[in-house]
Order: sequence, then C-alpha cells, then structure tokens
Amino acid sequence: MRVYLTAARLSLRRYLTYRSSAAAGVVTNTIFGCIRAYVLVALWKERPEIAGWDLSDAVTYAFVTQGLISPMGIFLSNTELGPRIRSGDVAVDLYRPVDFQAWWLSLDVGRAIGNGILRSAPPVLFGLVFFPVRLPAEPVRWLEFAACCVIGYAISFALRYTASLVAFWTMDERGIATIISTAGMFCSGMLLPLTIMPGALGTVVQHTPWAAVLQMPINVLLGTQSGGFGYALAFGSLWALLLLGFGRLLTSSARRKVVVQGG
Amino acid sequence: MVDERPLFGPRAYLLLVRMWSRSASQYRVSLAFTGFAQMLVASFDLISIAVIYTHVQTLAGFTFAETLYLYGTTRLAFAASDLVASGIESVADSIRLGTFDLVLIRPVSTLAQVLADQFTPKRFGKLIPAVVTLVWALTELPLHWTPAKVAVAVVTVLTGFVLYCSLWVLSGCISFIAVDAREVANTFTYGSEYATEYPLTIFGRPLGLALTFVLPVAFVTWQPSLYVLGHADPFGLPGFLRFASPVIAALLAGLAALAWRGSVRRYRSTGS
Repeated sequence: MRVYLTAARLSLRRYLTYRSSAAAGVVTNTIFGCIRAYVLVALWKERPEIAGWDLSDAVTYAFVTQGLISPMGIFLSNTELGPRIRSGDVAVDLYRPVDFQAWWLSLDVGRAIGNGILRSAPPVLFGLVFFPVRLPAEPVRWLEFAACCVIGYAISFALRYTASLVAFWTMDERGIATIISTAGMFCSGMLLPLTIMPGALGTVVQHTPWAAVLQMPINVLLGTQSGGFGYALAFGSLWALLLLGFGRLLTSSARRKVVVQGG
Repeated sequence: MVDERPLFGPRAYLLLVRMWSRSASQYRVSLAFTGFAQMLVASFDLISIAVIYTHVQTLAGFTFAETLYLYGTTRLAFAASDLVASGIESVADSIRLGTFDLVLIRPVSTLAQVLADQFTPKRFGKLIPAVVTLVWALTELPLHWTPAKVAVAVVTVLTGFVLYCSLWVLSGCISFIAVDAREVANTFTYGSEYATEYPLTIFGRPLGLALTFVLPVAFVTWQPSLYVLGHADPFGLPGFLRFASPVIAALLAGLAALAWRGSVRRYRSTGS
C-alpha cells in the first residue's frame, strides 16, 4: 500500500510544480465558463425554469463543471500510460513488482488532486462574484458531493485507462481514445446539462457512465438528483466497479498475450 | 549553378504539409478514427444547439435557422483556418525545448514551417459537419437572395477564415512572451470561435461591444450575417459596419504579420 501512496504523492508534487501553467489554465477555464454561462442565461431568460432548475442552478452548473474539468480529466483522452505503450517504455513498468492498474491509478490520483488544488476553486469563485452562482450551506451536501466526485473520478480513470490499454493491440490508441473522450464530453454534460435533453436522448445520456462524472455530483450538490444521493451513489459505484473490473481483465490478457514494441 | 534562394513561402508550406500528411497516414486506422472524432465533436455541438431550441422558439431574438446560419458560417471559417494554421499550436513546445532554433536555421519562411507543423488530414473531418450545417441553414431560412447578399455571405466565410488565421498567428506570438500561456492562447482561438457560434446578443451590450471593438470577433460572422439575415443590429451600431469585415480582416492580418516578425526577433533560445 505504501508504494501506491508514495507514487501518488510524488505525482501530486510534480503537478503542483507547474503553477504558471495552472494559472493560465484557470484563466482559460473561467473565460469558457463565462461563455457557457451566457448561453444558459440566454436560454433561462426565455424559460425561467427547465427540468426543475432555475437560472441560478444553471449558472452554478456552468462554473462548477468548469472547476471539475481538470481533476476529472474531461479533456484528457488518455492516461500517461498510452504514450509509454506506444514508445515501448511500458516494458519498464511491467517489471515493477506492483499491481499494474493500481500503479497507474496512484499516479493519476496525484494528478487529479494536484489539478484540483490549483485549478478547481477559481472559476467557481469568479462565478460567485459575477454571476448568480448559488452554493449550498449544509456540510452534508458537500460531503455527498465529494463522495460523488470520488466515484465520478474513478469512472473517468477507468475509461481513460482502458482506452490507453488499446495501444497494446493497435499500436496507436489515440484514435479510439479521442472518440471515447469526445463522446464523454457530450454524455457527461460538458456541453449542456443532461437534465434538459429531451425524450429518448435524455434517457440514454442519463444512464451512461459519464452521467456520474459531472452531472450527478452537481445534481447532488444542488439537491435536485431524482432518487437522491443514494441513487447517485449506487449508479456511480456500479459503473465504476464494472469499468475497473473490465480494465483488470484487459490488463491481464495484455500481460499474457501481447509483445511490447520498441528495441 | 545551384539556386540558393530560399523557397517561396506558400510553396514551402505546401511541401511541408505533404510531408506531414504522409507521416500521419502511416497510422491509417488511427487517422480515420481521429478524423471521425473531429466530425463527432462538431455533430455534438450541433445537437446541443438543437436541444436548446427544443425548449424555446427564439434565443436572444434569433430563430433556430438563424442560429444555424451563424454557427455554420463560423464553423466553416474556423475549420478552414484550423486546417491551414493550427500547426502553430506546437510552437509553444518548440520554444520551451529550444527546438525553434532548427526552424530559424532552415532557409524557409518561419511562418510556413510553424503553420505546417504536424499537419494531419484528420482536420478535414471538421469541415464536413460545417458544410452540412450551412446547407441545412440555407434551406431552412426564409431568405430573398439578392446578388449583394450572396456576395456578403461568401465574403463572410473568406474574411472569417483570414480573421481566424490571424488569431492563430497572434496566439502563437503569445508563446514567445509567456511559454506557459498556451492555454490562455487557446481562449483567443477556440474561445472566440465558441463565442461567435451563438448570437452575440447573449453576451449583453457591454461585452457584445467589447467583442466588436476590442477583440473584433463580431466581424467574423455576426456583423455581415445581420445584413444577410435582414436583422436589425440589436446593439444599434451604424450600418456600414455590416460591410467592414474585409477591412478588419486585413488590419488584423497585418497586425499578426508584424507581431510574428517581432516575436521571432525577440526569441533568445533556451539556456540549456
């Protein structure tokens, strides 16, 4: 266990080093948050309530999702494993006397925490000052939100890890990884809240694993999750276990069957 | 006798583009997938706009067909500029690593080299949904076409292309001043594209005017499109601005060229 904690800590330290790049990222995420908020404001001006959300809920959604982009790795199609499989460096990783999946999880957890510390709060604070962002005062809500975020993160990691493993078979995982992350961007609610999508589209997107990455944590934070915290917890945990399990299966078959490239 | 004149910029650019395309097509499956992903991105954007209009008849005073037209012209101009100029994104890395030195010692235009850098045919994937959207918008719109409107519509896409290319070059210049600012540079390119996909009225008057006169993205599609769509300017700006886009595009392109020269002169390589 200690080795994983050390790996996570060192990875965290590495990500905390790039402060000026984090500052640039914060500016970007905040500006994009504003544009997204303006689109939602224009929509909610025409209809004061959509799917149980008022204007405040909608702009809160816009800025909290911007804050979660980096730790959740929404724009990452991959983990750092992908390029290492492509170059053949993964041979070194396979020698390590550790569990392969847990090792990469530790490194990515360090990344997520580092990015969370440096990049999550500023867009939300900006929204609080310049937009009608409304955050709950009850500590219980925040604990439930945090739990949902951890589960959402696990799903995000499981998907990116599996996408990286594809490189063992196809030599270049970037194509398939980009398709998965593009679908994920839409299905996680990065473009529009999933709750306002109509009919069958709405039903489908609210049941993909990505629904637990951004939409459900924020639903829980705003107190509008249908079925409440319990449902979000059960839904997310189920997907997380399934996807992490699938990643393990794929890992062991890659270890047994695949030849590493590189000289 | 050996001809030692440097290659003509555009010709060098095309040669480099061909070289990078051949390199990218070594990974054929991956290329097909990433091209498809690019199409997917644009399609999801389009679905989002359609979802918005399932809830309302007009958004900030504009109908679905009108927003489609704004979105289509923006996307087409941006996708074309992305195809041609987004190679400049990697200039930040070559400055950080000091490999920009290599760009300087080759007898080829520096701009041609960085614009063509890592060109990949996957970017054609973005053009397809843009064209489809624009055609869709044109069939949905109840417009009386006049020769003047057709001309303005065509010029909209062309000047939009020039404006975005200038923004790509300017965003590359930012990397010379602050290497870590790559993500900020993104707001100029991707951000201004995102902002012009929707009617400018959603930003309200002060920000709408800033996007007209400070960062002139309103001239990409908004101003000329008001003329084509026969819409009065919600901000009440004078009518001649509808036709000012080519002038603004020329000015911004000139500014970008100057900024690029200044940036290359300022480059001092890395210490290591």
